[in-house]
Amino acid sequence: MASMRDIKRRKSSISSTQQITNAMKLVSTVKLQKAKARAEQTNPYFNYMYHTVCSMLSKSQNINHPYLTGKDTSKKAVVVITSNRGLAGGYNSNVVKLITESDWKKEDVDIYAVGGKGADALNHRGYHIAQNASDVMEDPTYPDAMALCEQVLKSFADGEVGEIYLAYTHFKNTVSQEPKLIKLLPVEIDEADLQEDSQNHILMNFEPNEEEALDAIIPKYVTSLFYGALVEAVASENGARMQAMDSATSNAEEMISDLTLKYNRARQGSITQELTEIIAGANAIG
Amino acid sequence: MADGNKFDVEIITPDRIFFKGESDFLEFTTSEGDIGIYKNHIPLTTVLAPGAVTIHNGDDSKVAAVHAGFAEILGEKVTLLAEVAEWPDEIDVKRAEEAKERAERRIQEKSDDLDLRRAEVALRKALIRMDVANK
Repeated sequence: MASMRDIKRRKSSISSTQQITNAMKLVSTVKLQKAKARAEQTNPYFNYMYHTVCSMLSKSQNINHPYLTGKDTSKKAVVVITSNRGLAGGYNSNVVKLITESDWKKEDVDIYAVGGKGADALNHRGYHIAQNASDVMEDPTYPDAMALCEQVLKSFADGEVGEIYLAYTHFKNTVSQEPKLIKLLPVEIDEADLQEDSQNHILMNFEPNEEEALDAIIPKYVTSLFYGALVEAVASENGARMQAMDSATSNAEEMISDLTLKYNRARQGSITQELTEIIAGANAIG
Repeated sequence: MADGNKFDVEIITPDRIFFKGESDFLEFTTSEGDIGIYKNHIPLTTVLAPGAVTIHNGDDSKVAAVHAGFAEILGEKVTLLAEVAEWPDEIDVKRAEEAKERAERRIQEKSDDLDLRRAEVALRKALIRMDVANK
């Protein structure tokens, strides 16, 4: 049986770990509130953007535009949004898995990483990191998303990549986050949404013409998706960390109560032993 | 639903719903030129150019600076999706002036094409900011 001193030392070490995890939990709870409010505010913009793109595409299905048809290369650009810090449960590895478990060849994938953890993990597995914009993750702003979008679209326009994907964690609610891999370009929109939209906006006109409007609006659409994903990822990160730290804190609690029991037993044992020794000594004398 | 000759106006930016209200006449700048909207305009989607948006409502009118985005115009409702939108009191005039000077200097230096285009856009934005702030 472990000595009393060992148990005591272990107990105090666990309880200081518990203090840390508890503090981290509180911090991410506060951050989550903020990030959640922000994610909700970006929603209307994104929804309108999606709608408009839908209605444009329903009007212009026959247009042969590179944004819609794609390029003749198997190369893919993947924007991977993870966090810069760990201790968030499976948050980062779930996003990384989306890519490692896809059937893409490593040589075909160019990674545009936002978030150090994802960049490190994918680099380690031999993926090509075309760009690492991890500092953005601290406080993503719309201009950040624009800069990212510009770079990715440039490699698309130059024909270096034929498809653009986005891997991030969708924020469903505080306790549930879902890693998602979506295709940005060439644009693919739900048939059902298209149908519904073509019935609603039969008379929509475009100025300048559809093609030029498409040229101007698609980059904004992609940017808004990036921005939405960044903001949601921040909320998801904090949600995931809050949960991870919550379970760490309750695990620590469990261990402490277990150790307290052991410690008390050991203490009782040593008292009993001392008593036995004293009595035995007294008997020997008497 | 707005009554009479009024229609709903919404200006949405990535960070917030910038403006939501009614108007009887709306002016803004598109890539094809300035445009004025009354109720029951034909449905139109158009690309915004940096410029001032004026929302007239009766005798009252509000001005804001809007840079880049697009507008969806329906008979009863106009939605502007702007990447950046600012009210006059949010504009830092001093910063805009500095940006203007910087852009002018760059245009005079005439470096390569891309830089020139960027400087022109920056100059335009700065001028609009100053213009809106002084209205």
